[in-house]
Amino acid sequence: MNIEAVKSIYFFEMARTRRTLLQSVVSPVISTSLYFIVFGAAIGARIQEIDGISYGAFITPGLMMLTLLTQCIGNGSFGIYFPKFTGTIYEVLSSPISMVEIVLGYVGAAATKGLMIGTIILATASLFVDLSIAHPFVMLFFFVLTAVTFSLFGFIIGIWAKDFEQLNLIPMLVVPPLVFLGGSFYSIDMLPPFWRAVSHFNPVLYLISGFRWSFFEISDVNPVASAVIILVFLTLCMAVLTWIFRTGYKLRN
Amino acid sequence: MAPIVSVSNLSKTYASGFKALRGVDLDIEQGEILALLGPNGAGKTTMISIICGIVNPSEGEVTVGGHDVVRDFRQTRAMIGLVPQELTTDAFETVWNTVSFSRGLHGKKPDPAHIEKVLKDLSLWDKKDNMLRELSGGMKRRVLIAKALSHEPRVLFLDEPTAGVDVNLRKSMWDVVRRLRASGVTIILTTHYIEEAEEIADRIAVINGGEILLVEDKAALMTKLGRKQLRVDLAQPLDRLPDTLSSYNLTLEGDGNCLIYDYDTSAERTGITSLLAALAEAGIRLKDISTRQSSLEDIFVEIVGAER
Repeated sequence: MNIEAVKSIYFFEMARTRRTLLQSVVSPVISTSLYFIVFGAAIGARIQEIDGISYGAFITPGLMMLTLLTQCIGNGSFGIYFPKFTGTIYEVLSSPISMVEIVLGYVGAAATKGLMIGTIILATASLFVDLSIAHPFVMLFFFVLTAVTFSLFGFIIGIWAKDFEQLNLIPMLVVPPLVFLGGSFYSIDMLPPFWRAVSHFNPVLYLISGFRWSFFEISDVNPVASAVIILVFLTLCMAVLTWIFRTGYKLRN
Repeated sequence: MAPIVSVSNLSKTYASGFKALRGVDLDIEQGEILALLGPNGAGKTTMISIICGIVNPSEGEVTVGGHDVVRDFRQTRAMIGLVPQELTTDAFETVWNTVSFSRGLHGKKPDPAHIEKVLKDLSLWDKKDNMLRELSGGMKRRVLIAKALSHEPRVLFLDEPTAGVDVNLRKSMWDVVRRLRASGVTIILTTHYIEEAEEIADRIAVINGGEILLVEDKAALMTKLGRKQLRVDLAQPLDRLPDTLSSYNLTLEGDGNCLIYDYDTSAERTGITSLLAALAEAGIRLKDISTRQSSLEDIFVEIVGAER
């Protein structure tokens, strides 16, 4: 195991986060605050409690997930795409480092950054609403696993992407609708039966629901199903990465 | 001594169907400077990329220090430093960070003293805190060399290291290369500038169309293929060669104003003395005499040209 190399990649990536502090930390905090003002204060004041939870508190886990997914996919994909784009990838590929170690470095850094920002959002949210976490370990389970899984997913996108358009395609076009329609801002019980049924095909619903359960013990779907979905998605990402490494897809061909 | 790098029957066909290498065999001896010459698209960069692990081989085997580059990639890549052809740098990183990063990637513990020495050797020390995007092209080239030397490699690949580099920097780069060789590092360089290979290499390999055409000691190559030419400028032009000179391999050029005599320095007799005597006897007056050695470039053009 080339620990020095994993450390090098990890800290190199984290250094970029420090350099772009404004963009990577301040901007999610501002956008979350805006969500709280618009949805929590303005609209939330007119919405009754959902399952006994104040609306502002209800949307917090969904907002954390929205940010976590966007950030992890963004960081995971950019981390590996940028060296591909500039050509500096040659160095990583010619180093005595296995693909697993490359992933540990890049995905570890992307997940760390996602978790940092998620935590900042939780802290920001607690300024606006009263929050309590009923099951901290379950919350951590979903929090960390989602960060890792979607950083891996981002890493795959970064390897696959040919240009910046492809790089942004999924984070910009696919993730927001899934998150918004996945019950971030409402309980799917509020939907007509048809759309409620359709929502069950949205994997993000399970993530948000399970995550919310760890806070308030309320959920749209069984939390166990949520845990299974995230584990399945993690396994899927690892399988795709294994295939990429075996074949050298877009990296060594 | 076993070669430090051994390439055998190496082939590479890209996904597009392009055959970049066709069964290449090449042994590189420890401590030598090997120049890999070839026109664009000859397969130089593909071969280097396979040895360094950037590209997967389609067929064949490469060992570095006795280890297989695919199976034992940790051992082989730890031994190798690579300076790529393109000036690829992380624009927003500082010189110090990017060079330290390279060392870490190769599994070496941080060693600020070594990094400092490398940067000083390459006259980069006063730029260590500058971001790479602030540097000139030549400076960036030096940073790439510093990165390749950051982990104390035993084998150094320089892929077109002097492209776009001014004369002074080129000289100082060759000084660094010579010092490295003196410390036992094996150096493989590719270049378009044949005079560079002529100046610095111990051996020359010529590659074209994915095949190695020849590998030869530079001096031996020069003697073997190096012909000399004697040029005799005449005081008065000749219409045609006098019959008395027909036994010499002479050509009349420049509207009859000069004679060109091809000879071989490695032959027992060059024939120059008798030619000059014969000229005097024929009553031909000379204005000037000069000789010219065919350069590596002529040899190269001849070899590659013959293939086409």
